[in-house]
Amino acid sequence: MQVHRVSRQYVIRKLLIMIPSLLGISVVLFSLLALAPGDPFDELATNPAVPPEVRAALRAKFGLDDPVWMRYWHWLIALLQGDWGFSFVSRMDVSTLIMQRLPVTLIVIGASQILAIAIAIPVGVLAATRPYSLFDQVANTFAFIGFSLPTFFTGLVLILVFSIQLDWLPFVYRADIAATGWAFYWEHIKQSIMPVTVLGLFQGAALVRFVRSSVLDVIRLDYVTTARSKGIGERKVITRHVVRTALIPVVTLVALQMPIVFSGAIVTEQIFRVPGIGSLLISSMLANDTPVVMGVTFVSACLVVIFNLIADILYGWLDPRIAFR
Amino acid sequence: MNEHELRGLIGKVKAGKLSRRGFVQRMAAVGLTAPLAAQLLAHGGVAMAQAPATYKPTKRGGGGPLKLLWWQGPTLLNPHFAVGTKDQDGSRLFYEPLAAWDPDGNLKPKLATEIPTKENGGLSADGLTVTWKLKQGVTWHDGKPFTADDVVFNWEYAKDPATAAYTIASYQDVMVEKVDPYTVTVKFKKPTPFWADAFVGTRGMLIPKHLFADYIGAKSRDAPTNLKPVGTGPYMFKDFKPGDLVTGVMNPNYHQANKPFFDTVEMKGGGDAVSAARAVLQTGEFDFAWNLQVEDEILQRLEKGGKGSVSITPGGNIEFLLMNTTDPWTEVDGERASLKTKHPTLSDPEVRKAMALLVDNKSIQDHIYGRTGPATRNFLYGPARFDSKNNPIEFNVDKANDILEKAGWKKGADGIRAKDGKKLKFVYQTSINQPRQKTQAIIKQAAQKAGIDIELKSVTASVFFSSDVANPDTYTKFYSDLEMYTTTMGQPDPGTHMLQFVSWEAATKENKWQGRNITRWQSPEADKLYRETEVELDPVKRAASFIKMNDLAIQNQIVLGIVQRPTVSAKTAKLNCNISGWDNNTSDLSDWFKDA
Repeated sequence: MQVHRVSRQYVIRKLLIMIPSLLGISVVLFSLLALAPGDPFDELATNPAVPPEVRAALRAKFGLDDPVWMRYWHWLIALLQGDWGFSFVSRMDVSTLIMQRLPVTLIVIGASQILAIAIAIPVGVLAATRPYSLFDQVANTFAFIGFSLPTFFTGLVLILVFSIQLDWLPFVYRADIAATGWAFYWEHIKQSIMPVTVLGLFQGAALVRFVRSSVLDVIRLDYVTTARSKGIGERKVITRHVVRTALIPVVTLVALQMPIVFSGAIVTEQIFRVPGIGSLLISSMLANDTPVVMGVTFVSACLVVIFNLIADILYGWLDPRIAFR
Repeated sequence: MNEHELRGLIGKVKAGKLSRRGFVQRMAAVGLTAPLAAQLLAHGGVAMAQAPATYKPTKRGGGGPLKLLWWQGPTLLNPHFAVGTKDQDGSRLFYEPLAAWDPDGNLKPKLATEIPTKENGGLSADGLTVTWKLKQGVTWHDGKPFTADDVVFNWEYAKDPATAAYTIASYQDVMVEKVDPYTVTVKFKKPTPFWADAFVGTRGMLIPKHLFADYIGAKSRDAPTNLKPVGTGPYMFKDFKPGDLVTGVMNPNYHQANKPFFDTVEMKGGGDAVSAARAVLQTGEFDFAWNLQVEDEILQRLEKGGKGSVSITPGGNIEFLLMNTTDPWTEVDGERASLKTKHPTLSDPEVRKAMALLVDNKSIQDHIYGRTGPATRNFLYGPARFDSKNNPIEFNVDKANDILEKAGWKKGADGIRAKDGKKLKFVYQTSINQPRQKTQAIIKQAAQKAGIDIELKSVTASVFFSSDVANPDTYTKFYSDLEMYTTTMGQPDPGTHMLQFVSWEAATKENKWQGRNITRWQSPEADKLYRETEVELDPVKRAASFIKMNDLAIQNQIVLGIVQRPTVSAKTAKLNCNISGWDNNTSDLSDWFKDA
């Protein structure tokens, strides 16, 4: 009970610290965006057929002529009331834009995270239990190749092989598929295979190395030797005693990666035309649509801070030796 | 070509001795756009040609889905706010204008029953009034009838500065009146030879009064219909995710018989141009891909699969080289490249002449742009197949050397020519873009052989094309000796295009560098010609003035055309579609169909 009460205090304190850090992040983001060159109505300025008054009216309408601190203040007040802002380019609420992209992002990036974990844990553990065996060396080599190859390269290779040469998989991701029942799911799975594979393998590769070294650290400890000498089967020693302890840092790492699930994968989304948050972010940046950029980056920042907290708590829960003060 | 010759040609067309097409081609050769040529004929009493009927399907629907791939997806669907072509193309799935431009620059009626002419009484003799007859029995997608009230409303909506419509320029100086429920007149303040602007083409799409009436002016951004279009077009709105996807279904009550052919339409966005070309030409996942700014070499390789082909549609966009007339290196009254200065070396006409001889348009076309950038020297040009007769392309390093030598520019020990202590050293800027950097290199190399040293500078596109007053690297400031970019010709009429050469449009600190005249050329002769085109009602005389203006600018080497930038798209082998360089890609969507 003692531990429980302390950890509640700890959570409250951490949550209070979050407020100034999020405010700080938002100030930095906002001023960076305000200082960046270009404005959303540039296209109008270079268009001979649009009189300058239209641009002036638009700037006034969207409050772009106010000083930066005043724009920030308006943004903050609106945010506290649950208003994420209004896109200059699409003339719709930022929250609507983000919500439109969220399901696809969660499905594709979430699936790739699951794939990464599903590959990394068994491979990493197996490799660590037989260090420097053939399996370990093969696994290591592939892991190195995996995280050295950028996703735009593996993505293109997959497209060339599976879409263009073999013609098995589509390489343009479509969020609304005009089919029902099994055909609907089948189409969705087919178009997700390549982006999920590219991302999953990339993240899985790094995770394999991490799991391996973590298991190697634990497997040498005295309590493992004790367990073995007690006559417990090797299989049981690994699953019950080694993996459980070794996965503590892995869980933290995975928790810290969770915000990525929200912010999407810019490059991979661009290659496969996945309408996720990443592609929304990049197109909004190119169009100088600051409210959307601000919305997406700020949500990501919040998630990073929150998942940091969750990782801290998880860590303590998994490893009672760590005390919260 | 002068006014007299022009009249002679029009007479020949009238008498049947010269084909319409032949006339348009000759106009193109002297730098006049196809739509303007068609207008000349219309004014001269030759009716606009109706495109031959190529539409084969004999019933509406049944064509399955039509899948369009725009590598930048539409981000908004109100045609009056649609700045980019992607947004206009997306809006055009649902909305229509009174008339559209076909590939030859002729008007094709959409919501009008006929194109106004002098003969049918649509155009008044004084050039002050245009009368449009509207199609009867047309309904909006929600079933409400389309009438003259809607047309008048669009004018009121767009001309209100508080609405902040992109289309305002087409509507703010005209008066629109309802004559009867199916007739409207457009009245101009002064005689206007190019009358086909309001309610026509990209800027003429009509929105319904009953859904937008409450959202005129400052409330314009709150209209729910901004995101859920209700138009008169061949397809009805289904779903819209900005930047990603627009979908529509066949309009069962479309006002043209047996159209449209496809049951559904989808416009997918995102990705890049090369993979868009792949999705049409190699895998056939999509039927049509837009704006393929891809090296021709790659396109040719993709085309070999035989699943589709690349179509190249001429328009008015041009990649061109500008030579500064003012001194970008001296600051006068807090402003570089001030009108009070003269360029230290480029002010010598002989240097300009030599520079022009060093631009190797042919190599630039052959090695960089291929089919997607036919070489030209004209600033104002017509269909891609025809080179200007007035301004032939001449690339000749020896001649350039000769000219400079005679003009007293002698080579120094470093191989760079100089005169009176002033060296021929230029800074040549453009935006970061691979073909542009290659072009820069070709010109630099040639200039080196003639003893001119060129320093290349490339600026990020988002800075170069911005209107940021504080940034010295924007194209309108032109703080360098030479620069290069593509100027688009959004309107078929060259009126705004040619503001590039009038003295009062010079980009200066005073107008926050928003003037259209980037080279800051001051030419009383060009000014006079432009003033003439503003008041000249006779389109023949007006055309002659535009031609002269183009020639003046080219022959004084103020600007040099490098290559034309036609619209490049890819389509699957079975798809039949007419793309016009003078209107949106989807302007003729109702007539698209697939061979069985």
